Amino acid sequence: MTDKIRQSFEKNPNKKAFITFITAGDPNIDSTYEFVLNMAEAGADIIEIGIPFSDPVAEGPVIQNANVRALKAGITTDKVFDMVRRVREKSDVTLCFMTYANLIFHYGYDRFFEKCRELDVSAVIVPDMPYEEKEEMESVSLKYDVAFISMIAPTSEDRALMIAKEAKGFIYVVSSMGVTGVRSSISTDLEPIIARIREVTDTPCAIGFGISDPEQAQKMASISDGAIVGSAIVRIVEKYGKDAGPYISEFVKSMKEGVLRA
Amino acid sequence: MNSKGRFGEFGGQYISETLMNELIGLEECYNEAKNDPSFNEELESLLNEYAGRPSRLYFARKMSEDLGGARIYLKREDLNHTGSHKINNCIGQALLAKRMGKTRLIAETGAGQHGVATATVAALLGMECEIFMGKEDTIRQALNVYRMELLGAKVNAVTTGTMTLKDAVNDAMKEWSCRTEDTHYCLGSVMGPHPFPTIVRDFQSVISKEARKQILEKEGKLPAAVIACVGGGSNAIGAFYNFIEDKDVKLIGCEAAGKGVDTYETAATIATGTLGIFHGMKSLFCQNEFGQIAPVYSISAGLDYPGIGPEHAYLNSIGRAQYVPVTDDEAVEAFEYLSRTEGIIPAIESAHAVAHAIKIAKDFSKDQCIIINISGRGDKDVAAIARYRGVDLHD
Repeated sequence: MTDKIRQSFEKNPNKKAFITFITAGDPNIDSTYEFVLNMAEAGADIIEIGIPFSDPVAEGPVIQNANVRALKAGITTDKVFDMVRRVREKSDVTLCFMTYANLIFHYGYDRFFEKCRELDVSAVIVPDMPYEEKEEMESVSLKYDVAFISMIAPTSEDRALMIAKEAKGFIYVVSSMGVTGVRSSISTDLEPIIARIREVTDTPCAIGFGISDPEQAQKMASISDGAIVGSAIVRIVEKYGKDAGPYISEFVKSMKEGVLRA
Repeated sequence: MNSKGRFGEFGGQYISETLMNELIGLEECYNEAKNDPSFNEELESLLNEYAGRPSRLYFARKMSEDLGGARIYLKREDLNHTGSHKINNCIGQALLAKRMGKTRLIAETGAGQHGVATATVAALLGMECEIFMGKEDTIRQALNVYRMELLGAKVNAVTTGTMTLKDAVNDAMKEWSCRTEDTHYCLGSVMGPHPFPTIVRDFQSVISKEARKQILEKEGKLPAAVIACVGGGSNAIGAFYNFIEDKDVKLIGCEAAGKGVDTYETAATIATGTLGIFHGMKSLFCQNEFGQIAPVYSISAGLDYPGIGPEHAYLNSIGRAQYVPVTDDEAVEAFEYLSRTEGIIPAIESAHAVAHAIKIAKDFSKDQCIIINISGRGDKDVAAIARYRGVDLHD
C-alpha cells in the first residue's frame, strides 16, 4: 500500500499530490460517503478520513467542532469502516485514516489494521503517537501493509533526520506551530526542513496545517511533494452541512489546480 | 522500545511531534538541575521561607478518640502558602522554567489550587502567567479566578467539551504547542507525557519525606496506612513515595466516586476505567465502549478528571497501593466532620481521604497510627458545600 501512496504522487505530471481531509460523520455518515466520492472525482490524490475523538488535542476549533458534531450524530469507528466499504464499491482512491491513539488502541491494533487492509486503506496518521511511541502501533500496522505516517514539525530540528529515515508512505510536514486550522500565512521556513529530509529519504513529503487557498497550495507543493488541506474543507461542511458536496468539489478542483501548477 | 518514562506498561510520551523537543529539553534540564547544589538550595529555600515548609504532622486527638481505632495524624499541606500541596510542584517547575530561559508559565487548573499556586510563583519570580480553567469550574470556584487575576495571571475560561479539568488540560496543551519558545507548561499533576509524572512526583515527594521523619519522631514507628485523595494523583504520590519501600505501610488512594461508581456521574478511574492512551500517557481512563473519553463528575473540581497518573496505575496493578471510591455524600460529611471535630476545614478533595479514614479507623488497633494527607484547605469550597446543603449564601 506504500506503493499505492507513492503512485498517488507520481501519477501527476509534476509528481505532486493534493491530499484532502474530512471528518467522518459530520454532519452524518452518508454525507461523508458523498463528500469522499466528490473529492476523489474532483482530483484529490489521497483522502484522509478523520475518525472523530472526544478530545482531539491536535485540532483547532474548526475540526474540533466537526468532531463534536459527528460524535453527537452517533459516529463510531465501525460506522466509518462501513462507509469506507461503500466508497470502495465506487472508487479506488488512496485513503488514509487520521485519528487519535486511543481509538485505535481501544479497537485493538490487529483488529483495526486488518480492517484497513481489507478495505484498502493505505495509511494511518496518529498525531499523538510520536517517533518514540510508534513501535507498538507500527509493528502491527506493517503486518497488514498499512503505513504509519510520520510527522515532522517546525520544532523537530535534528529529530527530522531520525524520523525521516524510518518514514513510510509519505511524510507529513507540519507547517506551523500549534493546532490545525486556517492561517493567513505560513511563516515557518520549511525549505531547509524539506532539504534535510531529502538528504536521508526519497519518501514524498507533503505539507499540512493552515493551507486554505490555491496560491498557498501551489507554494507549499512547490517546495515539497504535496499539500494537505483539512480545516478549509471542514469549514465548507460547517457552512453547508449535507449540501456541501458541490462546494467541496469546486474547492478541491481549484486547490488541485494550484498543486499541479507547482 | 524507544519509549521513556514507563511505570510498568503505563506512562510514555503520547504527544504531538511539535512538543517532543520541549519534553526532551525539560528532561535534560531536570536531570542536570536535580544534581546541582545551587538549584536544590534555591528550591529548598523557597519551599521553607516562602511556602512555609516543612508542613506540620498534627495528631488529631479528638478524631482519634471519636473514631476509636488508629491514632490519626494529619499531614497539613493545607497550611502551605496558597493553601495546598500544589505550591511544592510549582516552585520546582518554575525554577526549571527559568533555568531553561522561559519567561512565561501556563497551567491548567480544576479547583483553582494549581492555578493559584502557579500564578503565585509566577508573580514571585516575575514571570508572565496564563491559566486554563473549565468554564464550569470558573463558576464553581469563582473566588479562585479572582485570586489568580489578583496575582497578575490571565484566566482563560475553557468552553469546549465538559468545560472541566480535562478540557483545561486540552487547551493548555494546545496553547503550549502554539508557543514553546518562551513558555513552560507547568503541569499540575503526576500525569501527562514523560517527564511530567516523574518531575511532579519528585517535587511532591517532599510530603512523604517529611511525614516519614515526623512520624518516626512522634511515634517511633511507621504508620499502618497513608491515605490521600487521588485525581491525577499528585498529592497522593507525594504522600506515598517515601513509604513505597516500607512494605508494611498500606497506601490508600481515595478516588472521587461522585454519585457512585455504579452511576455515570463518577470520576473513579481505577474503579471504573480501562487502559487507554490520552493526555500524553498510557494509563487508566474513564471511557466509553468506543474509546471516547467519558464525561466524569465529582463535587470536587480538583478530582473531576477522567484519568489517573501512570505511577498510580502501576502501583495499583502490582497491588502496592489500593484505590477506593468515595462518594460526594461521604466527602461532604467528612468535610463537615473534620471542621467540627478538629477545627480544620479541609479542601473537598482532601475530604475524600478523610472520609475513607473515618470508615477504616476502627479496623486498626490503638497502638497503630495512620496518616491522612490534608492536601489543601477548604475555604474555597465553603460556598459550594453551603449550596450542596441548600443554604443560600450572599457574599
